Amino acid sequence: MSARSELASPAVANRRRSRWFAQVGWRHVVAVLAVLFSLFPIVFVLSAALNPLGTLSTTDLVPTGGVSLGNFGGLFERTAFGRWFLNSLLIAGVASFASVFLSALAAYAFSRMRFRGRRVGLLSLLLIQMFPQFLAIVAIYLIFGAITDLWPSIGFNTPWGLLLLYLGGALGVNTWLMKGFFDTLPRELDESATVDGASHAQVFFRIMLPLVAPILAVAGLLAFIGTINEFLMANVFLTSTDSKTLAVGMYGLLQSNERDSNFGIFAAGTLLTAIPTVLVFQLLQRYIVSGLTTGAVKG
Amino acid sequence: MSTPPSGPGSVTRTPGREPAGSPPSRLPRPRPSGSRPSRSQVTRDHAPITLTGLAGKVLLLGLTAGVAVWAAFPLIAAGMWAGLALLAASTAGLFYLYLTRRHIPAKYLVPGTLFLIAFQVFPVIYTASTAFTNFGDGHRGSKDDAIVAIQSSSVTQVPGSAEYALSIATKGDPATGPLVFLVTDPGTGAVSIGDTGGLRQLDAADVTVGTAGKVTAADGYTVLNFGQASARSKEITDLVVPTAGGALRSSGLSRAYEGKAVRAYEAGCDCVRDTETGRTWTADEEAGAFVASDGERLAQGWKVNVGLRNFTRVLTDENISGPFLGTLIWNFAFAIGSTGGTFLLGMLIALALHSPRMRGTNLYRVLLVLPYAMPSFAMLLAWRDMFNADFGLINSLFGLDVDWFGQAWTARFAVILVQLWLGYPYMFLVATGALQAIPRELTEATSVDGASPWQSFRAVTLPLLLVALSPLLISSFAFNFNNFNAIYLTTEGAPFPADNPTNGATDLLITYTYRLAFGGQGAQFGFAAAISLFIFAIVAVVSAVSFRRTRQQEEVWA
Repeated sequence: MSARSELASPAVANRRRSRWFAQVGWRHVVAVLAVLFSLFPIVFVLSAALNPLGTLSTTDLVPTGGVSLGNFGGLFERTAFGRWFLNSLLIAGVASFASVFLSALAAYAFSRMRFRGRRVGLLSLLLIQMFPQFLAIVAIYLIFGAITDLWPSIGFNTPWGLLLLYLGGALGVNTWLMKGFFDTLPRELDESATVDGASHAQVFFRIMLPLVAPILAVAGLLAFIGTINEFLMANVFLTSTDSKTLAVGMYGLLQSNERDSNFGIFAAGTLLTAIPTVLVFQLLQRYIVSGLTTGAVKG
Repeated sequence: MSTPPSGPGSVTRTPGREPAGSPPSRLPRPRPSGSRPSRSQVTRDHAPITLTGLAGKVLLLGLTAGVAVWAAFPLIAAGMWAGLALLAASTAGLFYLYLTRRHIPAKYLVPGTLFLIAFQVFPVIYTASTAFTNFGDGHRGSKDDAIVAIQSSSVTQVPGSAEYALSIATKGDPATGPLVFLVTDPGTGAVSIGDTGGLRQLDAADVTVGTAGKVTAADGYTVLNFGQASARSKEITDLVVPTAGGALRSSGLSRAYEGKAVRAYEAGCDCVRDTETGRTWTADEEAGAFVASDGERLAQGWKVNVGLRNFTRVLTDENISGPFLGTLIWNFAFAIGSTGGTFLLGMLIALALHSPRMRGTNLYRVLLVLPYAMPSFAMLLAWRDMFNADFGLINSLFGLDVDWFGQAWTARFAVILVQLWLGYPYMFLVATGALQAIPRELTEATSVDGASPWQSFRAVTLPLLLVALSPLLISSFAFNFNNFNAIYLTTEGAPFPADNPTNGATDLLITYTYRLAFGGQGAQFGFAAAISLFIFAIVAVVSAVSFRRTRQQEEVWA
């Protein structure tokens, strides 16, 4: 009996291994390949950032010529990177916070109240947000030319003007995303609060907002990422060195004849730019998965 | 979807009431159906006023009033009474809305709607109206502006022109403030100040005149030193101060002359005549330009309505319609390819990781979604350099020698690949979430019934996934259809055919439009606006159709 099982064991092990591969193993192969695909451009940027020569032509996937942090120093010495970073954080932070709040207000009304024009309002929102704001960039440019003459503090080269412009799009995507989430919350919650004498504002701030925190986090993160990456309007808006955002400033680093020599500091800047988003992203990841699937739209 | 969409103004119209046909509100109604049977929010009128609520209201309305007052002063100073009336009306409207206890939905909708109207709807309407004009370089202002520009740009120094000592000054910042000329008449010593509005004499007590007759200081103005002035020499050369006999222009930075306009507008023939050559250009109201008998146009024209010409040009002008059609097809291919590719790859990986026996999924997930969290504008620029033909990573890593952005198909492949890298982590995340939401009993039931994993995926998992993700796929399509950054930051539309520098092989409609409006060959705002409307129409139709299909599908699966 024991002899027979010893004889059979290699075959059994083989079969077990191939069954393991059919059920689990191939999953690891796919995952590892995907991770490699995800990581190699990032490794390339990392390697360029640490490369002491700091040019594109000398950069390899894996740094060979030693490692130094010189590019990070050069970034702060030769460019206004610190300033751009603060501008971006300010604009993206305030814009994402305010736009999430505005669309939460609207989503609450659309989800919980019935009023004339509700359907039309929802449809118009959907339609208007299909006309991307930057298709109207010429008109926006002319409008803000007039605003700059009247109120220079919210005109060109100020973060506040750009903020106002970004808030113009606040009611698009996020309102639908959040309305979907509000709809999943049982109505009994706010109805019983109303019966207990709560006002609509109390219902909104005390009951609804805490319950929709996950979707607020997701929408806020998406808005933050979107604003950090917005290039076209910021490029038209912000022309003086001190008012630029990261996207505009770093685009300028790679212009024409300096692109090869600036690649090292550009890569260093990319890594620093990624820090806030990667951190927030990893913190909020589980919310993202659950939040997006309950009525998701990407901005 | 049967309700025809209308302007967003309707969002706020008569809020607080229910449409007759809508599902009845489940809120309790304190009054029996009487004169106002549809007011469902009445209960809330009885909610007590809380201290925090009151304080918040006072604070926010006070802030609104403060902002309105701050915004009013420049409007009054500029004499823009229509703007002032609009400001007053909207402030009063806000006060009314938040002090009354009615119109509750409007209280929640108005803040966002205000921004939406000011910075999205209004620019869209403005764009739409621009699409019917010839607005662009050479056609910016009114006909009177064009005449002034023609006359003043033809001002030349003639023998016997008066010469003045010139100082350049500004109000405010030396680098950006509006420029003025301070000129001293060498004969009388009188000092005048001039800008595009004309010339007026200054009080001698307000200015200090230096040795050479140049003004060295003036009350209320900053006199530019030589360095500051030469930094703005282009603006100084262009500044023309109209005078009774002609116009004043600078010659260098310290002298100005009063010249005569060689070209003058004559109202009788509605034409511009050159007094030296005798040539005339007659106004053509349809083209918005002064045209000579041989067809020569003056550079300064004016803005006129051209009707549908911008739209028909896209379809009938052979130099435009052919490349435009190619761009349109590639635009669809790009949007479908980016959306479909990222969805397929993301779903595949999500399926691979979706197994109770799989270990290390959290680590995989953290690493997989890194591309999504990287700043995409910077990574697009990095990818552009990875595809560099001479020392790019792709060529050196795989031992290739491909000029990626030099040939149409490799460039198209490259931008799709970049999109795939940037976009699939997001699809992976949402597909993971959707898979977790599908009850395991469903797939287990199919395997008990003898279905193969592939069959159960086809019959159960995929349809459910598609229902959950199709709104997302549609909006992702709409986003990618106008993905300006993806093209502008990588190929900039290249490669371009030898005979057409405006329309490249990887150009999307949006980058093509941008080049028309801001490109080097002269701005064509009107034409660019017409193409913007085309893009809008296409995206709107595609999205409307697919949303309708999705809803039908949802009814089947729900």
